[in-house]
Amino acid sequence: MDIHEYQAKEILSGFGVETPSGALAYSPEQAAYRARELGGERWVVKAQVHAGGRGKAGGVKLCDSEAEIYDACEGLFGKKLVTHQTGPEGKGVYRVYVESTVQIAREIYLGFVLDRSSQRVMIVASSEGGMEIEEISIEKPDTIVRSTVEPAVGLQEFQAREIAFKLGLEPGQVQAMVRTLQGCYAAFSELDATMVEINPLVVTSDSKIVALDAKMSFDDNALFRHPQVAELRDKSQEDPRESRAADRGLSYVGLDGNIGCIVNGAGLAMATMDTIKLAGGEPANFLDIGGGASPERVAKAFRLVTSDSNVQAILVNIFAGINRCDWVAEGVVLALKEMNLDIPVVVRLAGTNVEAGQKILAQSGLPIIRAGTLMEAAERAVAAWQSDIGQSAKTLGAAI
Amino acid sequence: MSILIDRNTRVIVQGITGRIAQFHAKDMIDYGTNVVGGVVPGKGGQTVHGVPVFDTVKQAVEATGAEASIVFVPPPFAADSIMEAADSGIRYCVCVTDGIPAQDMIRVKRYMYRYPKEKRMVLTGPNCAGTISPGQALLGIMPGHIYLKGNVGIIGRSGTLGYEAAAQLKEMGLGVSTSVGIGGDPINGSSFRDILEWFENDPQTEVIAMIGEIGGPQEAEAADYIQTKMSKPVVAYVAGLTAPKGRTMGHAGAIISAFGESASEKVEILSAAGVTVAENPAVIGETIARVVKEKVA
Repeated sequence: MDIHEYQAKEILSGFGVETPSGALAYSPEQAAYRARELGGERWVVKAQVHAGGRGKAGGVKLCDSEAEIYDACEGLFGKKLVTHQTGPEGKGVYRVYVESTVQIAREIYLGFVLDRSSQRVMIVASSEGGMEIEEISIEKPDTIVRSTVEPAVGLQEFQAREIAFKLGLEPGQVQAMVRTLQGCYAAFSELDATMVEINPLVVTSDSKIVALDAKMSFDDNALFRHPQVAELRDKSQEDPRESRAADRGLSYVGLDGNIGCIVNGAGLAMATMDTIKLAGGEPANFLDIGGGASPERVAKAFRLVTSDSNVQAILVNIFAGINRCDWVAEGVVLALKEMNLDIPVVVRLAGTNVEAGQKILAQSGLPIIRAGTLMEAAERAVAAWQSDIGQSAKTLGAAI
Repeated sequence: MSILIDRNTRVIVQGITGRIAQFHAKDMIDYGTNVVGGVVPGKGGQTVHGVPVFDTVKQAVEATGAEASIVFVPPPFAADSIMEAADSGIRYCVCVTDGIPAQDMIRVKRYMYRYPKEKRMVLTGPNCAGTISPGQALLGIMPGHIYLKGNVGIIGRSGTLGYEAAAQLKEMGLGVSTSVGIGGDPINGSSFRDILEWFENDPQTEVIAMIGEIGGPQEAEAADYIQTKMSKPVVAYVAGLTAPKGRTMGHAGAIISAFGESASEKVEILSAAGVTVAENPAVIGETIARVVKEKVA
């Protein structure tokens, strides 16, 4: 789960990381008022969206007066901000963060990630702050400092000092850097984060170490023990279908194609998408219905997949182990009867109770296309989709 | 021979009184697995499917001589159960539980390193379908009937995609020595590389099928091991060619977040290491069959 910059800053400052003073606003008027409260002569107005690259996309504006703040906000609120991380549809701006400016002497990149090779938390830092880490690793790989944390004892001071000296900080700045690193690690480990990124972390002209930006992601599997973090979820930043799916225990990712997929198991779901592509189609989504799916859950999956208006055919691929083909078949029949779907549906069943499942499909009297293997299922779905499109084009032509 | 488990392996089920665990304990017993007991704190003295339940793993090991365990404990408590098994002399543990916090798994792995290698428990999973040595023992949740006994070793991150591979092999008349699910989580007990080593040293296994997916470095690490250390042929399939970057595809670990983690990059790395890659999931069975035939010829 991702959170906003202002939320990450609030969390990190609770762990001793220094951040500029700032305040949240839900309207241009409020933003101008917040600036007055903060005082000073110069502020940054930052669109709060769950994506990086806001600066280049026009989501971060430097303002010298309340009027400028007002104008900047007018251009942000209610708009979709499109950055290289949001995809072409962008993310809606409903909150802005108004922040005091600081005098920057130098910029540093700092990240904490779960490193899957060492299976530990890894600190990644670079003296080239302000650039994306991907760019740094291509253009200035020598500036990157890495250090893994021994989980039994946590981040040690000497490690933090090593990082600070490798980044070329002056002796007088090292203690502040050690505090920053330890604060980030404490936040990461105590709150079950999966990522903390401060880019840039700046050294100010008076030698303070300040987090100018902050991003945090959290482990969905650990939210049960951090209700205060779970509360920070902002559904306006999620794909509505994906949040609906997650709330119903389904794992869904929307894509650009036309063939909707309903599959059990993440690996098989990806393999099914790949096979559709191979057969000449494009998958409309990833969907894993999980184990032990009831007919009702299967019907819910149908509703979810067809809520995407691009879906013009559906492929159900179930290899039942912990699932039951008869329940899945009942769910398919239930969904088709109740939804009055007029798009082709291809069903491939294998594994537990497959005969009973086939029988339910055959006796339903519904125009369900059955397939025996994965390849057959994908080919039939693509063929049915193509001929269906052809027909609708004809009907449309006749109507005109 | 098989790897990790055979018909004599004495197995306990951690969390055996739960609904799902009971169902699969029955399935494992019916398959012929030597299930000797279960562990649920506070339920010692009860009996499930005719086997005794103990309060602690140590009691269970003492009373039954258990060597392997399977964990069905809910996510908040699963890491603790794995560490209990590791500390009680269990030699091999499968964790089926999906949804364990990643940092809990980091602690589990660190904890296991307290033990010298020869005493260290082998863990597969979490978030996996388990391990089966066809015709001998089933330590997992897969449908046993789709596996024939034979000489192909299977290692997979995904459960149902592993079933797909086994079913295609059965269709070709090919059997499996052992099939091992390593699970879909970012931090897991054993990697592809770890299990490849087991298969390399197993006389029964002639060809190994590796079913990977997007995300993480383990396929690339395996490629390096295959190229430098292995004598047996390996066939691979990597799911997720159509998966977008930066999105989690169901499995917590199935996310492309760095270079080398996409399906096409992994295919390239594996091919370069001499691995025969099945281009799509529909031809996993026939690709393995072709390699088996070449090996015999």
